[in-house]
Amino acid sequence: MEQYHNHNTKHTASFIIAGLFLLLAALLFGLAAASEYAFPGLWRNTFSFEKLRPLHVSSAVFWIILAAMGSVLSFLQQHREEKLKYGFLVKWQFFMFLFSFTAILISYCFGIFGGREYWEFHPVFSVFIAAGWGIFMIVFLSNVKTLKQQPVYVWMWFTGVLFFLFTYIESNLWLIPALRNDLIKDMTVQWKSYGSMVGSWNMLIYGSSVFLMDKIAGNKKYSFSTIAFALYFLGLFNLMFNWGHHIYTLPTQPYVKHIGYAVSMTELFIFGRIIYLWRSSLSTARKNFHIIPFKFLAAADAWIFLTLGLAIAMSVPALNVYMHGTHTVVAHTMGATIGINSMLLLAFAYDIIPQTNAFKKQINRGYLLLNSSLAVFWLTLIIAGFIKSYRQFTEPQFAYGDMMKSLHPWFYVFFISGCFLAAAFFMVILPLFKGLKRG
Amino acid sequence: MISFRYKLFLLVTLSAAFLSYSALLYFADSKETQPANALAQKGKMLWQQKNCTACHQLYGLGGHLGPDLTNVYATRTEEHITTYLKYGSPVMPDYNLSAEEQTALLEFLKYVNTTGVAHPASFLKHTNGTISQP
Ligand code: HEC
Repeated sequence: MEQYHNHNTKHTASFIIAGLFLLLAALLFGLAAASEYAFPGLWRNTFSFEKLRPLHVSSAVFWIILAAMGSVLSFLQQHREEKLKYGFLVKWQFFMFLFSFTAILISYCFGIFGGREYWEFHPVFSVFIAAGWGIFMIVFLSNVKTLKQQPVYVWMWFTGVLFFLFTYIESNLWLIPALRNDLIKDMTVQWKSYGSMVGSWNMLIYGSSVFLMDKIAGNKKYSFSTIAFALYFLGLFNLMFNWGHHIYTLPTQPYVKHIGYAVSMTELFIFGRIIYLWRSSLSTARKNFHIIPFKFLAAADAWIFLTLGLAIAMSVPALNVYMHGTHTVVAHTMGATIGINSMLLLAFAYDIIPQTNAFKKQINRGYLLLNSSLAVFWLTLIIAGFIKSYRQFTEPQFAYGDMMKSLHPWFYVFFISGCFLAAAFFMVILPLFKGLKRG
Repeated sequence: MISFRYKLFLLVTLSAAFLSYSALLYFADSKETQPANALAQKGKMLWQQKNCTACHQLYGLGGHLGPDLTNVYATRTEEHITTYLKYGSPVMPDYNLSAEEQTALLEFLKYVNTTGVAHPASFLKHTNGTISQP
């Protein structure tokens, strides 16, 4: 594989490095939070779950956002084959995010919350994040002046950059009292913004993965093809309209649910295409599996298949009621954030940070452990979800404490597989830090 | 290959549809429920500031360490709820809430209960895959 590096990748690589530190933090906080399931009340009087959970979730989300931005900036340079314009703004962008992410994590330790699920921090920090994103947008748009004759990945980045800012601002609309005091409307808008926001960062990440695939293939045939654009528009359509599947049980306007249901079913096309192409995907995988970034791309492909399958099942309202509010949803989130997002981001990291063959064995072992422990982790959550669901449907007045007790053995498995998962991440991340030292 | 003009047309049309849909949702009334009263509004802010969502769900959305509280006001007595607010549980922390804060949170949970029913078993399931409240 040609390793393209230009002299400016260094400060875009800092996004990846800072992101990797956040990933490590997410793993540590995640283990601490998971131990609260295995050993209930463990942290109650010292560092309770309402602190541990946001520390874990925000570190994970910030890892994804930072590394996604880093991949876009690095690959954009490679795409343009010249230094980024407004490089000094990139530094501002980096420090704006680094400052706000650090401040947010510290504020959690002091029990300061805005208290919205997933974005639990105080709304003051939203200003810095939005400003940082604004700078990113300026840098991006001034380096991509037009969409004309651009490959699909530039369209995807463009969409991700714009829609993230929109949905992020939307997720702060609860600050308007008229909106927040109507609980149903508040939750509808909240989940509308979250659904599209995840779609937005996926546009950045999937865009980068198309770029990297092309780079490995050595041509840009795919990113100008009709099918690539057809899939992009299908993805965009889903980003905009499929979010209703998060709130089928919320008594909001019925059309929200019908639109969410109908639009989500168009993802069957993507699912069908993966099945249809599995043979050729497998032979491409055999050919390129020795390339480290490709390995992670291939793992992400497998997780896309599993996660999408589960997501489509959850998008049918009559099946959704059996899974909504249970650990099956957590399994889906973990499949998406670890199996898909983190695998892809690691692929980018391995492309952006130069590697020698010195750690090949360790990376291979880590890679195997990562995927196998994630599989156990994922399955355990699905099993726990099914048990919770079964009890909810068969014992209408079930005692919550009893149900948690019956899940206990699964929480042990969940915690132990989580430990292996964290160890595996360490194994695959460490060579990146060492590579950086050499680079 | 799809022409640039066609791609741009698709992007603009989809975005316009998205923005219209967004505006519709911001301004549409969800008429079925009354907005929260002042005390419940205070309770909602406390709910957020104390990050109760980390462990509890409303309408199945939220954490998994504690139970869904959408209809706790209907299924438990006020005394029962207040006891938890006062002392927590072996897992739920004791927030040292003042009497005023406890009343506000109780009023919020009372309000949430008026907005609908969350228990998954209460939904009617239809053969076309949709569901509805009974
Ligand atoms: C660390 C997790 C955690 C946090 C944070 C938390 N709770 Fe709890 N809560 C629990 C658990 C666990 C139970 C007990 C479930 C059981 O054993 O039945 C519970 C029970 C309750 C109950 C009684 C429910 C019932 O059906 O008996 C109420 C009411 C309640 N919590 C309200 C709150 C409020 C309000 C907040 C925020 C101020 C909050 N909780 C924060 C974990 C938590």
